[in-house]
Formats: sequence, structure tokens, C-alpha cells
Amino acid sequence: MIGFATPRRGWIFLLPVGLFAALVAGFYGGLGLDTMVLPSPLIDKPAPHFTLPPLYEGRQGFSTADLSGHVSLVNTFASWCAPCRAEHPVLNALAGTKRVPIYGIDYKDKPPAAQAWIAELGDPYTKIGADDGRIGIEWGVYGVPETFIVDRQGRIRYKHVGPLTEADVNATILPLVARLDK
Amino acid sequence: MIDEVGHFALVLALCVAALQAVVPLIGAARGDAALTAWARPAALAQFIFVATAFFALMHAYAVSDFSLVNVAANSNSVKPLLYKLTGVWSNHEGSMLLWVFILALFGAAVAVFGRNLPPSLRARVLAVQAMIGVGFLLFILFTSNPFLRLYPAAAEGAGLNPILQDRGLAFHPPMLYLGYVGFSIAFCFAIAALIEGRVDPAWARWVRPWTLAAWCALTMGIAAGSWWSYYTLGWGGWWYWDPVENASFMPWLIGTALLHSAIVVEKREALKTWTILLAILTFSLSLIGTFLVRSGVLTSVHAFASDPRRGVFILLLLSVYTGGALLLFAWRAPQLQSGGLFAPISREGGLLLNNLLLTTAAATVLLGTLYPLFLDVVAHQRVSVGPPFYTMTFVPIMVPLVVAMAVGPMLPWKRGDLAAALGRLKLAFAVAAGAALVTLAAMGVRSLGAACGLALAGWMLAATASELAERVRLFAEPLPAVLRRALRLPRAAWGMTLAHAGMAVVVAGITGSTAWSEQNIVDARPGQSFEIAGYSVAFDRVNELKGPDYTETRADMRLSRGGRELADLHPYKRFYPGEDGSATGVAIRTNLLADVYVVIGDPDGKGGYALRLYYNPLVPWIWLGAAIMALGGLVSLTDRRHRVGAPARRARAVAAARIQAAE
Amino acid sequence: MIRLLLAAGALAAIIGATEPAYAVRPDEMLADPALEARAEQVGHGLRCLVCRNQSIEDSEADLAHDLRLLVRRRIAAGDSNAEVVAYLRSRYGDYVLLRPPFEISTALLWGGPALILLLGGAAVARLYRRGGEAQTAPLSPDERRRLATVLGDGDAP
Repeated sequence: MIGFATPRRGWIFLLPVGLFAALVAGFYGGLGLDTMVLPSPLIDKPAPHFTLPPLYEGRQGFSTADLSGHVSLVNTFASWCAPCRAEHPVLNALAGTKRVPIYGIDYKDKPPAAQAWIAELGDPYTKIGADDGRIGIEWGVYGVPETFIVDRQGRIRYKHVGPLTEADVNATILPLVARLDK
Repeated sequence: MIDEVGHFALVLALCVAALQAVVPLIGAARGDAALTAWARPAALAQFIFVATAFFALMHAYAVSDFSLVNVAANSNSVKPLLYKLTGVWSNHEGSMLLWVFILALFGAAVAVFGRNLPPSLRARVLAVQAMIGVGFLLFILFTSNPFLRLYPAAAEGAGLNPILQDRGLAFHPPMLYLGYVGFSIAFCFAIAALIEGRVDPAWARWVRPWTLAAWCALTMGIAAGSWWSYYTLGWGGWWYWDPVENASFMPWLIGTALLHSAIVVEKREALKTWTILLAILTFSLSLIGTFLVRSGVLTSVHAFASDPRRGVFILLLLSVYTGGALLLFAWRAPQLQSGGLFAPISREGGLLLNNLLLTTAAATVLLGTLYPLFLDVVAHQRVSVGPPFYTMTFVPIMVPLVVAMAVGPMLPWKRGDLAAALGRLKLAFAVAAGAALVTLAAMGVRSLGAACGLALAGWMLAATASELAERVRLFAEPLPAVLRRALRLPRAAWGMTLAHAGMAVVVAGITGSTAWSEQNIVDARPGQSFEIAGYSVAFDRVNELKGPDYTETRADMRLSRGGRELADLHPYKRFYPGEDGSATGVAIRTNLLADVYVVIGDPDGKGGYALRLYYNPLVPWIWLGAAIMALGGLVSLTDRRHRVGAPARRARAVAAARIQAAE
Repeated sequence: MIRLLLAAGALAAIIGATEPAYAVRPDEMLADPALEARAEQVGHGLRCLVCRNQSIEDSEADLAHDLRLLVRRRIAAGDSNAEVVAYLRSRYGDYVLLRPPFEISTALLWGGPALILLLGGAAVARLYRRGGEAQTAPLSPDERRRLATVLGDGDAP
């Protein structure tokens, strides 16, 4: 029977297992990632130009001008959002420390429902703007709650997706605010 | 009580599997017949225990036993019985139990139907099978136990996502798993061959029926899932290159390559090393798929709730099985003797080209699926890979494959003449050109893609017919002789004809659905009438109904064409308060050539409803073609040559050998 | 049967849109069918960030609805397709694109299939060449003697 006279080189047979090892390494690295969170391309870019009507009639609306001159937190929330409810006490506590003003964007909500929600859970916001969704798109919002840190020059420096916990506030938010304040 | 029996049965299965994994291997290595003989009864015992556990869980669902966490989380008492039962595999834990059940089922099948296998090979195959069983049984018992108790027992269950309560979908997972998990047998055969250090043509023949069976099931499972998403979800797509869809498609592609390269091993003793590698890779892709779906590394509408602990466990199993197999391959494969040289233009060359293209296609799908993950891990950048990528890379690889599929069967073994083969394909050229010209003439240059697609389908279909005609000497011999030849053709030949023809039908279906779909989206009020593709849809009224666990808005519509009424259509939208979800019921009317597809949307608050009418030509051919392919596989499976070693059929075996020699 | 197909195809050519949009609501659609077709074409390339595996034209999510409206507003305002896509990309990142961008970071992705095909083809070519070499490997003296014996050229044993 005619066969291969030349010997088969051994190293090529190691190729499949080598590639597989790289694959497994990649998978292992991937296990630690959170695939639901999308990074924002707006980091270090100026906050979008916007003007929002106030949630409460008679009060002042919320616009880009409010964000310059000091470090601010911008928090999107809605009365129909369950994780926002879980996050709210953390925002109240943060507002109580008076370290940084928190501005609220009421996202795709009905004003009476939102007002009742605030009345029930507390109002940590310096100003609240009512958004039908269009301004949210400008901020790259794809869900609620989301929280942004804006610096003195009006640039977005950080975005937190999902509800804020006390740990998040202490480990990330407050230190960053302190750094931006200097 | 039954729950405890089920739980205990799982533990027993684990013990038996552990023994089955070790003892027969030792027996085969030492040539000890007594130890080798452990394999068969152990495989049967493993199956009985796992089956006990599986049916115990099914029983718990049937009687709505909410003392089990799994049942309470995934079922409720108002569901119809069918969905209670099929709810067993609608969640992670239950579907893992189904996975292991099918694994044990295949092991028992090898024990029962593998009588033609040499005992040492069979023992090794079953031992490796048991090793896989051990790993997954440990996984279930330690991280995904469906028999965990809820104390105190819940009064009512959380229920099943209403979208999943569908007859068609209910059977999609078992079909998929029969395919997915069934490829484990080919994997075991490969490992056994590597351990023995020998791959005979007989090995290729023995592994074939198991691979074919798994392939048929996977073809049907993928087609069923695709068809279900088309007629249920209301978003009309039938394939979205979703990571979980890809996870089932990759084993299919490599499994198809394996079926073809095994032919070369069987007939010409060549491509042995490559075939062994393919057998390892097919099941490895199934394992990778299992990992992707259940670990949370990829976002998908299909994914079960993710748990990093489970992800690590599955990754470990994947590393052990695939890593171990590939290490064994690196060590032992160089020693496999290869024979059978062949020219590039030959039947083997055609099959090798088939393998090259299918493997590249599978690698492309893998690349697209995993790239976002790896880019994120390595560079912390996020991109998404959607259908446009696959359309631009996968399709250009498949087109030459379909072209070559027509030529390959026309070539003889060892060395062929391409010009001669192409000469015999004159009919196929004519049909292809004709299809392209008709399409272009009717629809203009814009439909160049569609023209190519239909030309490809016509080429494939005509070539398959030509090949069959040649085999039975149609037009060259009188009809009775032709019929006699046709009846005595080996079933595998009919299988190939059907499978390739089915592929042509699928290509035509895909072309039609992507090139010629139409839509009409309107704000509709009862009493109005709308047009789509020459059809008239009269919107008569809307009814509000109540079902066992839902409220429904159902429309009554009439479909007519040219004044003649054709069918009643009832698109609906259901709301399930118990699960806070909704489901859309699409109304489809098909004449097997095209679908009229009607979806009713939300009310506009002013008495009208969003109504979407679609016309999808040739879409049914996608699933018809897949069914024909699977039928081809089944027909091949019944080929008498798979029952090697059945001496009673001597006379017919000799006749079969004569026809084989004439091929 | 053929007439059906031909008629359907002719209509499709006139309407222009060949890929159906399964979640577009009648009140979202633009009045001008050509602009609407463009909007759907752009939308089919944008990923719904809530459902994750559908385009915004096929997803029933609220965000998809908002994005569809945005796309249509901008197209009606005169933006080109590329400008609308860039607008959304600048706010949501590359993830919103269903077709990955052609950049250095995705070079391996786009080049991968061709590379794999080339490597596979090279391996196949090597297989054919080595097979040819093996066939012409010279016989050793011992083998030549055996061959002669077999052929009957040598002295009778």
C-alpha cells in the first residue's frame, strides 16, 4: 500500500490543543465581565446641549447651564422602574451629605406618577427635568437607572449603569467627586 | 417520595458511570474479557437510573409539586398539561437533566445496537461516554440540582414565559439535544480509535450511523427552532445569528464535514487524522455551545440565567474533555497510518474541498460569535457582530460549496477529469442559466443577488437529478431495467440525493425570503380592507377572549385574492398576568410557495390597531428543504451496509457489493 | 405559480424595501415612502440595546421605538444615512452597529475568514504535494532486488 514515506512532523498536531488553550483562557477572562453594561463613548466629552421642562410646574427646568461651574451628579429614574426604587435611599443619603448636587432626569414617565413616587420616597434632587426619551438618547441612556458624573467644565467623566449601592458611592462616586473638585 | 427516588437515582447513575468509565478501559487494555464485558450492562444501568431521575422530575411537573424549587420557579398549576411536561426542559436545571438523559440514552443505544462492534472498541467507546456522564452528573448534583426542596412548599408556581408555551417549541430542545449530545458518540469513537492507535475503514463504517442519527436530529432541531421563531415571535425573522443559534449551527457544519470525510476514510483509507480531529471538534463545539449558553459570557435572548459558578464548572468540563481529547490527539495521531493517495480533481478531492469550506464556514461563525468577547477581554472595547457580518463572510464561503456539491458526486475516486464531469452537467448549467435569466428579465438588474441564488439552487437540483439519472442509466436503458436499478440502489445513494436536493430547496427558500419580501404596515380599524402582494385582507372585527392563564385580543380577518376568498386569519396578542408577559400569535397562510403573514399590534387608543401585513415568498421552502435533508439522512441511516456482520443477509450483501464496485 | 413570483418581485422592486421591518408602528412611518425605506434601511443596521439581538426595526422595546423616531426625524431633516449612523454611534458607541466597523481593532474579525481559508488551502496544497513526493521516493537497493525477484527478472530461486 502506498503510504507517506516522509515522517509526519509532530508540532502541527499540537496546534489544535494550543488554539484550544487560548480559547479557554479567553473564556475564563470573559467569565469575569459583565456583558450587560455598555461603556459610554461620551466619557471625557462635553455633556450634551439640552433643556428639559421641570417635573413640577412652576419650578425651574433643568438644562446644560446648570452643569457648569461645579461637579454634578445626573441621575435618570422613573416611577415605573423597580431598581430605581431600590437605589433611591442611597441617593437620599448622598444628598444628605451635601457633597455634590444631584440632578434628576425623569425618563419617559407620567408627571403625576413621578411626583407621587418622589413624594413617597424622598427628593434628593436639586432640580428634576421631565424627559420623553429624546434627551436620554443624547446622553446615551439605554435603561434606567443610570448615573453620570459631570465635572466643572461640563464634561461627562463617569457613567454608572444600574442602581447605585452604598459601596459604589463610597468606593467610586465620592472619591471621583473629591478629585474633580480640586 | 418520588422526588427523593429521582434524586437518589442520579447519585446511583453517577456511581455506575464512574465504574463504567474505568473498568472497561482496564479490561480493553489488558484484554480481559470479563472486565470488558462490564461496559454494556453498566451503560444500560446508567440509562435506567438517569431515566428514573428524568421521569421523576417530569412527574413532579405533571402534578405541580411546588415543594421542588425548580418546579415552583418554572411552572404553575393553570398551565395545560403538555406545557407542564415540556416545562421540564425550559430551565437550566431541567434541561441539563435532559442533556444527561440523552447522553445515557445514546450510551444504552450503543450497548444494545452496537453488537457488530468489536468488544474492546465498544468497551472503550462506552467508557469515554461514561467519563462525560460523570462530569455532567457531578455538575448537576453540585450546581444545578433540579431536586432541591423548597421549604415551606410554595402554594403556586411562578410559571413559564408565555412565549415558550408552544407545541412546536416544546419539542425543539429534545431534538437539538439528540443532535448536540448525540455527537458525543462520534467523539467517543475517535478517542477509542486514538487509544487503540488504529483507524480502519470499518471504524468509519461503525461511527457513521451514530453520526448520521445525531446529524438528522440536529438538522430538525435547528429547523424547528427557526420555524418556531418565525411563526411565533412576530418579528418574522427565521435566523438572527444569535450566539445561541450559532452554538447549535457550528456543530452542524462540522458534523456535516465529518459525515463527508468519514466516507473517504471508509472508501480510501485516507484523511484519517483529519476525520478523527473532526469527530473530536464536533462534540467539542457542542460543549462550547453549552458553555456559551449557560455561563453568561454572551448576551442572548436565549441564554438561561447566568451563574459564574456554573460557568467555571462547565469551563472545567470543557477543558478536561476537549483539552484531554486534543492532547491525546497530539500524542497518538502521528502514529496513524495513512494510505490512499488521490489527485486534487477526484471524488476525494471534492470531499476534501467540502471539508475545507465547511470548516472555514464554522470557523467564521465561531470568530463572529466570540470576537466581541475576546476583544472585550483583551482590549476592553465593545463591538457587536450582527447579521451583516455573517452575510458578508459566511455566504461567500457557502456559494462555492454549493457549486462544488454538484460536481463532486460526478467525479470518480482517485483521479477524475473535470472537463468530463462538467460535460455531464450540461442540464445543470442550462437550468442555472435559465433561472438566472428569468429572474433578471422579470425583476431587472437590481435582483442580481436573487438571480444568483436561484441559479445556484437550480444548478444544485439539476445536478443531483443528473447524478441520479446517470446512476440508474435513465435514457440509456429501457424503463424496467432503470426501475430495477433504482430499487437496488443502496439507500445511502438515495440519502445523498435527497440531502443534496434538500439543500437546493433551502437555498431557493433563503433567496426568496431575503430578496422578495414585501410589507404593508397600517393603522387599521374594523371594517377596513388592505392589500399586500395582490392579496386582499379584510379586517372584520376584534374579539376579547379569556384563556386559562391569559387574556387575548383576537382579530377576525379574511384573506382573498382576485375576489375569491382563500382563508380566515386570526392574528392575536395575549397578555399573561401571572407571568407579566405577552405573546403574539401571528396569522400565517401558506400555499407552500409563499406565506402571507399578518401581525396585530397594539391598539392606538382610538379604536384602531397597528396591523402589519407581510408577504414572504419561498420562505416555507427553507424548512421543507431542511426536512428533506433530514429525510435523506434517515434514509441513509437505514442502509443495510451499516449492519456489518449480519451473516444472514449474505446474498443481498453480495449484490450490494456488486453495485458498490460499479460506483 | 411563476406569475405569482414575477408579480411579487415586480411589486417589491417598486416598493424598494426588501427587508421587512417587524416592529415599526404605522404612526412612526414617514409619509414619503423613499425616506421611509431609507429609514428602515438605516434602522436595520442599528442594534436595539434593550433586546440586544434585534435591530431597532424589529424590536418592540420602548428604546427601539424612540430610536426609530430619532432616525426618521433626522432623515426627514436631511441627514444622510451615514450621518444618522454617526449620530447614534457617537452616543452609544460601536456596540449599536450591527455591522462591526472596519478598523484596526476589527481587522482580525474581517480578515479572519479569508485568512483561515488561505491557511486551510495551503494545508490542502501541502497534502497534495507531499503525496506526490511520496509516490516518487526512490527505492532502496534491497527493495530493488525484491522488486526484480517479484517481476521475474532475476535468477530462478
